[in-house]
Amino acid sequence: MNIVRSILVRRETGIAVMIVLLCLAVGLYKPQFLTLNQLRVILLLVPLIMIVAMGQMLVLVARHVDLSVGSMLGLSAMLAGMMFRDMPYIPWPVGFVVAIGAGALLGLLNGALVTVFKLPAIIVTLGTLNLYRGLTFIVSDARQVDRQFVPSALKSMSQTSPIFGIPWIIFMALGIVLLAWWFTRHTIVGRQIFALGSNPSAAELRGVKVNQITLLVFTISGALSGLAGIMYASRWGFVNPSNTGAGFEFQVIAAVVIGGVSINGGVGTVPGVMLGVLLLGCVAAALPLLGIPGTAQGAIYGAIILVALLIDRSVRQQGIASLKMVRA
Amino acid sequence: MSDSDVPLISARGISKSFAGVSVLRDVDLDLNKGEIHALLGENGAGKSTFAKILAGVHRPTRGTLSLNGQSVEIPNPLAAQRLGITLIHQEPISFPDLSVAENLVLGRGEDGWFNRVPWAEMTREARRQMDQLGVAIDVTRPMRGLSIADQQMVEIGRALASDSRLIIMDEPTAPLTPREVETLFGIARRLRDEGRTIIFISHRLEEVRALCDRVTIFRDGNKISTDPIDSLNDADIIRLMIGRPLKEYMHKHNASIGEVALEVEGLTLPGRFQDISFKVRRGEIVGLGGLVGAGRTEVACAIFGIQPAERGVVRVNGAPVDIRQPHDAIAHGLAFVPEDRAVSGIFRTLSVEQNITAAVPGKIAPRGFIRRAIEKLLAADSVKKLRIRLASVRQPIGELSGGNQQKAILARWLLADPNILILDEPTRGIDIGVKAEFYDIIGELAEQGRAILLISSELPELLALCDRILVMAEGRLTAEIPRAEATQEKVMQAAVPRIQQQAAA
Amino acid sequence: MSTTGAPTTPAAAMHEAAPARPVWHVALVRPETMTLVLLIVAIIVASYLSPYFLDIGYILRSFTLSAEFALVALVLTMVIIAGEIDLSPASNMALSACLFAWAQASGIPMPIAIAIGLLAGLAMGALNAFMVIALQLPSIIVTIGTLTLYRGLAQIIAGDKSIRVPDWFIGIDKVMVLGIPVPVVIFIVAALVLGLILAGTIFGRQIYQIGTNEVAARYAGIRTRRIKLTLFLLIGLVSAVAGMMTASRLGSVRYDLGLGGELQMVLMAMLGGTYIFGGRGTILGTFLAAWLLVVVSTGMTVANLLPAIQLTVLGVLLIVAIIATNFIYSRTQR
Repeated sequence: MNIVRSILVRRETGIAVMIVLLCLAVGLYKPQFLTLNQLRVILLLVPLIMIVAMGQMLVLVARHVDLSVGSMLGLSAMLAGMMFRDMPYIPWPVGFVVAIGAGALLGLLNGALVTVFKLPAIIVTLGTLNLYRGLTFIVSDARQVDRQFVPSALKSMSQTSPIFGIPWIIFMALGIVLLAWWFTRHTIVGRQIFALGSNPSAAELRGVKVNQITLLVFTISGALSGLAGIMYASRWGFVNPSNTGAGFEFQVIAAVVIGGVSINGGVGTVPGVMLGVLLLGCVAAALPLLGIPGTAQGAIYGAIILVALLIDRSVRQQGIASLKMVRA
Repeated sequence: MSDSDVPLISARGISKSFAGVSVLRDVDLDLNKGEIHALLGENGAGKSTFAKILAGVHRPTRGTLSLNGQSVEIPNPLAAQRLGITLIHQEPISFPDLSVAENLVLGRGEDGWFNRVPWAEMTREARRQMDQLGVAIDVTRPMRGLSIADQQMVEIGRALASDSRLIIMDEPTAPLTPREVETLFGIARRLRDEGRTIIFISHRLEEVRALCDRVTIFRDGNKISTDPIDSLNDADIIRLMIGRPLKEYMHKHNASIGEVALEVEGLTLPGRFQDISFKVRRGEIVGLGGLVGAGRTEVACAIFGIQPAERGVVRVNGAPVDIRQPHDAIAHGLAFVPEDRAVSGIFRTLSVEQNITAAVPGKIAPRGFIRRAIEKLLAADSVKKLRIRLASVRQPIGELSGGNQQKAILARWLLADPNILILDEPTRGIDIGVKAEFYDIIGELAEQGRAILLISSELPELLALCDRILVMAEGRLTAEIPRAEATQEKVMQAAVPRIQQQAAA
Repeated sequence: MSTTGAPTTPAAAMHEAAPARPVWHVALVRPETMTLVLLIVAIIVASYLSPYFLDIGYILRSFTLSAEFALVALVLTMVIIAGEIDLSPASNMALSACLFAWAQASGIPMPIAIAIGLLAGLAMGALNAFMVIALQLPSIIVTIGTLTLYRGLAQIIAGDKSIRVPDWFIGIDKVMVLGIPVPVVIFIVAALVLGLILAGTIFGRQIYQIGTNEVAARYAGIRTRRIKLTLFLLIGLVSAVAGMMTASRLGSVRYDLGLGGELQMVLMAMLGGTYIFGGRGTILGTFLAAWLLVVVSTGMTVANLLPAIQLTVLGVLLIVAIIATNFIYSRTQR
């Protein structure tokens, strides 16, 4: 009866099963993969992707795409890092405000270009991907913000833990996931994003404020990228104009599409995306143990995107087939 | 009470033109509370335009509307919704990925973006709504995959949920089975008895007669009359709708009928059509009638290779052919003028010239390189022959009127000099004058010895033009009626799906 | 019928079709004009900045740095006109060049190594085509995937090292034909050939028709899949050629060869007035845009701007270019 939802349910269980199988397989080969320490490694790998993926999910559900997340992450991290370095008298938590605010503004600009000029998001964000990265170099004068300037309180968020030895940033990521879940399931505007992605012209007819919602999803994507930026500073302790966030967009898109968000808009769930990110984390953690060089990561992300597209397509075809059956 | 005497809607002097073309002229109309009011007229008569003005889809060029005696503006569909006016489209507009319950409430103008979605209450409400309509739809399932009838029910439910006073149904019955039509009518009557007003747009007189209280007839953008349905008989209605006897503008040329040009045997595409067999001879016009969704266009698409059939044989001039794509069909002398001009016919931003020559690359580019002179000559020739009205063959085809666009598409196929011509609703959405020209052209083409398969939903068109009429219902051929025996009733009877005939028997 | 038909008054007849635009309007109000004007302005400004710009040899030598991307951009223009997009050519250049360099470094004879590189390019084009045409996935997302995949594979093959190519293979940009560097010659010849194909042949004509309305094209008997397949294979092959030209220019191959090149390619097509939604654009536009871009980036280098600032300028240019192009098309299309 509940065809599409049951497919989605299967999609999430499917990813969960894949994660378990992957872990078991790697664990059989290298038992140390199944240790608590390794779990910590995986969990420390994913928070940044997790946070940005939640924003990307909203953008994709609204039938757009945001390629500039890595550059927004880099630029916001750089701004916060420079504040730490050049204005050490400002309390360090302000860095969060700076990074999130900067990200939100950058995302808002993306959204404005898409809505005001009716341009395809992919080209706009390909442009701003480079634009923002260039700006990062300009504002930083191409200099890295070194470890000694990043407040130790911030760095310790990635090491110290309130409970169970799980660092703060993981709880922050979890908080964002819960927030995203509440937002997409239980707010009017959250549902309107899905309506918009499901049928844009109908959404317009029903009085959904299409432009505002488009602006909103890009702004959220930017703000979350900014949050991920300051967490980058916390996790790695430095901000580098060329490395920070570079190529991040591909990991995020890979995670989101493998998590079951349809590139045709309107479909996607927070648990699915969360599992998609975890799957990516497991792969990333397994590679070095299996002796596969880190250089293979790019190829694997690319392959994951393509595989996810194929899965998306076959799921959609099942949807169409079921439609036929109903009509006949 | 005098309040109930005030018409729900009073339209005064409503006029509408698109790009300078007037499609609606000075329409005055009162809609009473608690009535089902039919709008009748041929395609392009203006009835749908009028309905869309009420629903805020179009804004009138001139004229005023008042609701309960108070003057109102209806700038957009949302405003119409807030005033209690709902338009139910033939193929309802919905959000396929959202649940039925969400589809019911969305757009009711909930305030506050960050307000909580009341899932439980929403589901309960939706369930109650569906129960009230007497339909069994699981409101938690997604919209995707619901039948069209069920989608219409959800739309009606939505109108009720927002307590609409005026519900406009634009040809709602065309895609429905007779049983679904009965359910729909039952609900419509109940809504009327609750004091709501319903506008019912249909081509089917018997439905109008069965359901409606009053009828307004449109012709060529003018309102012709408004009368109680009982005061008119069918002949009156037809006379008012067309304004002149049909025969005047439809006449069959006397073509000599020759060999079998196109033969189809056992054509089957599961879920779309089953076991379709027929022949079309040279010089013969064979009509293909039936309700919308009966599978007629799908059969044409299968013959032409757009979506090939899974089983069955197509023979051209007696020899079996394997057509996997339109390119093959053209090579075998077939041509296909599709139903939806904008989607599958024209290249809107390209020149008329390019549009006309699109199907004959070999003619304009003998060695792969395009010869402009030849192209221009061919296009100019077609323009003259078909009397296409335009400013220049270099202008984008999108700037032409619908009828002239359609002529250009026909010209494209005539350049290919086809032996077999499939026309899918060739006169839909073009005005009457140009329509008559089309009928002449179709007759001439048959006279030239071409085999013509004419798909049409307009019965008079089929009856006047065709030598034989094939009828489809629910993916099967249900009748083959020779010209001499063909009547509207016979065709309609065959077009109505079988379930109802069994039920009636 | 004519007595009772719809009133065909002169006024109504006039409304049958909007009047055609005057010839000068058609000829001048088009994106290529904008590109040409910008190019002239850029040359004037640049020569004001530095007298070098009056030396045609200097401009030609500068062009060799972008010639590979410009070459691919010509084919990309055709892909975009057909209503698709390919973001993977820069990665394709890297992977085919890496395969070629790796093959010859491991002792495979040079001609075979070159063939391997070219075949790899074709195969990458074929994979894109398969996903887009046979599986009907949107090319935008598919080629983001293959963009990542191809470069990732290049990284696996080459690691972090650079692979040297033989000395005789190095320096295509230093070889002159009639005083013009070979990469520039290749670009100009390719532009002429592709321009002729796009504007003058049925193949070119059908590319526009597919991009304008793919469904209608199919109904008109145009073999849309075959044409798109040809385009994806062509851009794969040309990317491989461009990859090897880059290898010759740089003298060695690393996995990051041509990194970020997709921006420049898309930018050249957009600056040249190719319509992002398909159906419009010319080779001439992209040809002019390539020169414009070279003058602008060389000008920035001469003016001592950081490479990073140049990146910013390119990003801004891309966005401005599509806004301007869309604006012009919306003006000329009623």
